[in-house]
Formats: sequence, C-alpha cells, structure tokens
Amino acid sequence: MDLTLKIWRQENAQAKGEFKNYQVKGVSKDSSFLEMLDVLNESLVDKIESPVCFDHDCREGICGMCSLYINGRPHGPDDAITTCQLHMRKFKNGETITVEPWRAKPFPVIKDLVVDRSALDEIIQSGGYTSASTGGVPDANAILISKYDSDLAMDAASCIGCGACVAACKNASAMLFVSAKVSQFALLPQGQVEKERRVQKMVAKMDELGFGNCTNTYACEMECPKEISVSNIARMNREFLGAKLFSRETV
Amino acid sequence: MTKLNSKTPHGPLAEKWTNYKAHQNLVNPSNKRKIDIIVVGTGLAGGAAAASFGELGFNVKNFCIQDSPRRAHSIAAQGGINAAKNYPGDGDSVYRLFYDTIKGGDYRAREANVFRLAEVSNNIIDQCVAQGVPFAREYSGYLDNRSFGGAQVSRTFYARGQTGQQLLLGAYGALSKEINKGTVKMYNRKEMLDLVVVDGKARGIITRDLISGKIERHSAHAVVIATGGYGNVFYLSTMAMSSNGGAAISSWKRGAFFGNPAFVQIHPTCIPVHGDFQSKLTLMSESLRNDGRIWVPRKKEDAEAIRAGKLNPNSLKEEDRDYYLERRYPAFGNLVPRDVASRAAKERCDAGFGVGTGLAVYLDFAASIKRLGVEVIKARYGNLFQMYEKIVDTNPYETPMMIYPAIHYAMGGLWVDYELQTTIPGLFAGGEANFSDHGANRLGASALMQGLSDGYFVLPYTVQNYLAAEIGTGPIPINTAAFDEAENKVKERINRLLNIKGTKSPDYFHKKLGHVMWDNVGMGRTKEGLEIALKEIPVLRDEFFKNLRVTGTPDEFNPELEKALRIADFFDMGELMAYDALHRKESCGGHFREEYQTPEGEALRDDDDFMYVAAWEFIGDGVKPELHKEELKYEAIEVKARNYK
Repeated sequence: MDLTLKIWRQENAQAKGEFKNYQVKGVSKDSSFLEMLDVLNESLVDKIESPVCFDHDCREGICGMCSLYINGRPHGPDDAITTCQLHMRKFKNGETITVEPWRAKPFPVIKDLVVDRSALDEIIQSGGYTSASTGGVPDANAILISKYDSDLAMDAASCIGCGACVAACKNASAMLFVSAKVSQFALLPQGQVEKERRVQKMVAKMDELGFGNCTNTYACEMECPKEISVSNIARMNREFLGAKLFSRETV
Repeated sequence: MTKLNSKTPHGPLAEKWTNYKAHQNLVNPSNKRKIDIIVVGTGLAGGAAAASFGELGFNVKNFCIQDSPRRAHSIAAQGGINAAKNYPGDGDSVYRLFYDTIKGGDYRAREANVFRLAEVSNNIIDQCVAQGVPFAREYSGYLDNRSFGGAQVSRTFYARGQTGQQLLLGAYGALSKEINKGTVKMYNRKEMLDLVVVDGKARGIITRDLISGKIERHSAHAVVIATGGYGNVFYLSTMAMSSNGGAAISSWKRGAFFGNPAFVQIHPTCIPVHGDFQSKLTLMSESLRNDGRIWVPRKKEDAEAIRAGKLNPNSLKEEDRDYYLERRYPAFGNLVPRDVASRAAKERCDAGFGVGTGLAVYLDFAASIKRLGVEVIKARYGNLFQMYEKIVDTNPYETPMMIYPAIHYAMGGLWVDYELQTTIPGLFAGGEANFSDHGANRLGASALMQGLSDGYFVLPYTVQNYLAAEIGTGPIPINTAAFDEAENKVKERINRLLNIKGTKSPDYFHKKLGHVMWDNVGMGRTKEGLEIALKEIPVLRDEFFKNLRVTGTPDEFNPELEKALRIADFFDMGELMAYDALHRKESCGGHFREEYQTPEGEALRDDDDFMYVAAWEFIGDGVKPELHKEELKYEAIEVKARNYK
C-alpha cells in the first residue's frame, strides 16, 4: 500500500505545532499502524530527518501507552482496540491518513504525538484503591462475592488508562475513566469501607485537574478500546450523590 | 574461582523462612524515616516492593521507564497466577507446588528459595483479593481455579485473560496509596543508565530523563533492581518495546554476578512471524492449551498443500492429523511444560510438517467447541480470540489458530542469594531481573507468583535485615567522586553514540543481532552455532560503533538515542548468553544443546558436571567473563529425569 500521512509535529510543549505530510510506500496490509510508523521513521532516519515521536510499549493492546488520534478517532477506525492492534488492512491504498495527539487541556503535548497523561495517575492517587497494607489480611475465600458482581467489577477493572475516553469527549471529561475505578470497588465487598471517601476524593481531583463535565454523548464508550460501559458513569453518579447526602464524614 | 555463598538458612526446609524472619534484624519506625531505598521498575516485583517499603515507613524513590507505573510489562501477562491453596481439593500442597516448580525447572533452581516461593504463594492470593483484584469466581462466590502446563492439579487463579493486568493494577493501587501518603516518590519516564557503588556498597543510580534528556543522580542506602528480563536481545520477542536488560547489565559491569544468562524461555503459543516489518511477537496464553489441541498434518504432502493454500485444514480427516504432544506425552498431553511443547513444535516444523509459512502449527478448538459449546469457549478465551483475529485476520472459532514458539521470559538474571541480594552489598534484584527460582525453565503462571512474592513478601524482610546496619549512616551525598565518575561515564556513552554519525539506524543493528541470536542461541543450540555467535556479535558491535546513526540531540525526547543505548547493552548481553550456553554441555529446560539429547529427542541433563548455577563475573569490555559456580544441593527432593510421558 502507498499512503499519505498528515502528521502533527511539535518540537516540545512550548513550541507551536503544525501538520506535515509524509509519503510511505510499500506498506504491508498485515502490519500494525505502529509498525507502519516504524517504517516511516526508518525512512526519516535514512534522510537524517527527525523521526516522529509517539508513545507505545507492549504493542499487544494492554499497557495503554499508545495514544494516537487517527482520522478523527482515538485509536483509529476500528472498534474495541488500541492503536497498536489497528492493522493497515483497515485502510485503502492511496488514502491520506491524519494522525494527531490526544487533544485535551489536562493532557499537554510533550513532543509530536506524545502527551502527558499523569493527571490520570493523580486521580488514582487521590483514592482509587483499597487501603489494605501488605500482610494481615483474611483468607481469600473468606470473602464471598457473587459471580455476577465479580464479573461486573472485572468489566470495569479492565480499563487500561489510555485516555481515549478523554480524547473522544468534546468536554475532555474523564468520567468514564474515574467511574470505571469507582465502580470496580463499589461492586466489591472489599471496596465498601472506603466507598464514600473514594468517590468524593476522586471526583474532586478530577475537577481540580481541569477535566470537563459529562454531557451524555457516549463518545467515550464508543471509543473505549476495552468497551467500558457508560453505565459505570451512572453508578458513579449514584455513589457520589449518596456520599454527598448521607456520608457522616466530611471529605 | 570465588565460592558463592547463598546464605541459605540452616534447619529443615519447611522452617528456614520462618526461622529467618524470627531472627532477622529490624529497623525501628523512627529510623526507617531516615533511610532511603531506590526501587528501579514498577512491575509486580518493583511496584509491590516499593509500596510495601512505603507502608513500612522507609523513604522510597521508585523509577519507571514508562509514563506511568501502571504500564510496566507485567501488565501483559494473561493466563494466571499459581498458589498452593488447594481450594479445589485435588491434592495440591505447598510441597507439591515446590516439587513441580523444581522439577519444571529441570533441577537447576535453589531448593530453599523455591520452597519459600511456594510457601508465600497463598499469602499473595489473600493480599490481591484484599486489594479488590477481581479474580474469576464460581457461582458459589468462591474463587475459581484452572490448570496450567507442568502440573496435574488446578492451582491457577485468573482474571479472564488479563491476570497480569489485574495484579499489576492491584500493586499500582497500593503504590498510588503510598505516593499519596508521601512515603514513595515516583519518578516517571526515567531510565537507569548506571549503578553507583561507594566503598563497595550500592548507593545510588544515574538516570536519564526521557523527556528533557537530563542526566540525574539519585542516592539511597539500598538499591533494588526490578526491571524485568532481557528477552529483547532477540529483537522479536513477546517483550514490550522498552523492556531492556540495561539496569542489569550496568549492575553486572559494576560487579554484580550474572546467573544462568543462557536460560531463556521460549513460549510455545505465540502468533507466528509473518514479515520483516514486524516489531514484536504476540503471545497467546498458555491457558488455551487447556481446551485447544495442537496438531500438524500427518503427511508431508498435506502440509505442503496447506502451505500452498490448496487445502483447508478443516477438511483434513482425523486420522490424517498428528496430535504430536498427545502422541509423545500421553500423561500430560497438550499441557506439557513450555520448553517441551516448544521443542516439539520446532521438531515437527523442521521435519517439514509445519503449516502457514512452514514455521507454524495448529492450535485447534473444534473439539472443545463441539463438547462445550461456543459460548463457553467465548467466556474463557473471548479476548484472546479477538486479539488473534485483529492481528491475523482469520476467525479462530472457525479455522484453527496458528502458533509458533517465541522468546518470552528470562530465567537467567542477576545472581542473588537467599536474601535476593546480589554480590554487591546493598544491591538487590527481584522478579524476572534476578536469576530466579525457575531454574532452567519456568512453569506457566509462576512468573506472577515470583514477582509478587519477591515484592510483597521477601524483599521487605531481607532488605530491612541489610538496612539495620545503616541506621547511623545518614543521608548519602550525591556530590562525591563515585557519582561524578558514574555520571561522566554515562555522558561519554551518550556522546560516543551521537558522534559516530554513520548511516545505519539503531533498529538495523538490533534486527541483525536478533537474527544472530535466534539462529545460534535460540531453541536449538550447538557448539558450532554458539562459536559463530561469539564471532559474529563482536563484528556486529564493531560495525555498530563505526556506522551507527542517531538523529537528534542528547537534550531532548529522543527515542533513537534510547534504542541505541539499549542495543549497545544487548551486544554484551548476547555475548554473555552465548558464553554461558557454550560452557553448559548438557540440555536442561529452555537450554537445549542438540549434542545432548536422548534417542527420542528429549533433553539430556548432566547432573554430575552441571548441577550448579553459573554466575558470571564481568572482567572488562571484550574480555571473556569469569565463571563462578554455586553448587546446587537437593535435600528434600529426589533428583530424577523429567518425564511427562
């Protein structure tokens, strides 16, 4: 396949970015999108030009590091996958493909297509865990959990923290990300002790970091590579309201 | 030759760890606050250790090569984690898990370490459940188990096909809690480039900030290396792109011995190689072997027709299929350990029975779908089947999957004693980065167990035992000669690479090295092949230092420079592996020397001459490293030939 790539280039966080066009020839339809970018970068190194920077690591769809906005969609034109699992057979010979970084105020550009997503870590640090320390916990089978709830918790827990939901949202809302973690613990007995603190802390941190509000467009669910359901947002809203109204503790 | 001291505690095997903990030195809470610990890596071993040190009250500096600790490559582990809970009541016990692990490792692991691993395995499951890890459950509400290769009991706990992800997110949660408390300071997007040794003790590290390119000094009273394995020496592997052996190689060059570098695991069920643009290989979980049957055509002409696209595998009659694992190993069948399954696949493909490109075999679910229904198979492996279809573009519910072995895990690593301390005082290694409890071959679902065992339940004790003597030391200054020397050395390495200004990219050399390694230090090794590798690697390294092109500058986000630094280390690693593989004149586990096999093609161990851990000492660049031996003694276990028939 021969392709034209229209790629966002930006020297660093302070610099002004711009689109640049590149031609790549002889791309295998069986290569992944990132392998296609590898081929482009090898050709740029050959010409002593600076290769395109992009985030990537496991290249098997689970680490959440890759983060490209391709032809107007986070992770490109296929459902339920990350960019590293997107294969070139999804494109046509001769096509022009536009590649941009995640665009969201809380995700500043570092270089080219690489953005800073540490805001997501900060939200988890504010309370996205159970506070169990190492050792001194009961036997694993002492806590019974219905398979139904456990499966729902696993659905929520499969979030990979890539930030596609934020990039997809016109308000740059992180509600799907936050609600997935809140839901995982709200559904499990281990999460009950801290559930009121957790939801209030995480929502406050999310607001503080400049993520927008949810206006129910469901774009996040559409683009989530792990198909996290927006029903988690509804659950988080219930948890939040319940905590605000009935919590005995001020958080 | 130095005699290595494993510091294995005295007493009966089952009481060693209890006795150790009862008599070890502790640090009181007010002193813990005055002590710094560096942990390099945030995977299961590093993340769990950093969180646990933080909980104990130490000051922890935790380093991560990715943008977030949640992305460490432990996340990609699919199948599960072993523990000796015996919840299914099928005859499991701590002893049996210990026995299976030693046997699976072909009697090349230290007995006391493996027993401790089996002993704490149950604590890990308890800990993870307390953290809210959503392990699979039965309708009763109790935890579910499944079986894995190399065991006849069901002792594997799992969270769909994402067990590594869920365990890592558990550790990441614990780590996030400590970061929030202020006991752990997180350093993201930093790569360790050297170890700093002051007066014989590990006292710090030199890192490069991957965004600004700044070279930085960090000091501590002890350093823990938990940076995973070195499988990327082979270029194509199941490792993440940034996984590298750099931290271990730097430590080796500073005096830490390297244990059993030749022992790497080749995983039998990976998606086959299909083009030279390929950047990595994708694993298909070993759990698939529970319900999938592995076969190739019985007749060569059928294999040829399939390869030419003239014959559909589904139309091949039952009697024309060779379920070679079931044929050769009736007792374990498709669930033989990884090394055995990998070699058997290679044997069939080398003999001309391979499908696809010729280097692939089938993993077929038709029988299980017929027996259990498509919904059951979907519930068990849905995400793996989806992943396969996205990559290969064929539907595994209808056409059998094609698989082939690929480099997956390093059993070798920094040599450590019972306390997980290297030969440099104050330098510890955990998880895949140490030479580990897996001997010459790791069983499925045991990597997660070992990573978390080291991180949650071993290092917090043993590092503390070391630090008890450091309470009066005071803060470690970074403006000393040792830090100057280490920082300058790193800067020289970087400048050297940037100033070559040749014509070939880092990836060009990495691919070439990968070919040399796969052809000569891969699944089947010979004296001749290993000697070729030892000749070709230095030639390639010379060319690298003459003709490498690294674009950009040192003071910016520069992935080409990162790759070049890692590849320079991979040359040393590749050479070290070849030396080790050449000296070990026997076949055991993942190390198969073609000269040493039984008439049936099984691995032939030589316990009289090679029942030891080979620990290699760095002497100088371009000089053959010096071999030290730690003799292995088995007291609680009878050493036998491994038999899965």
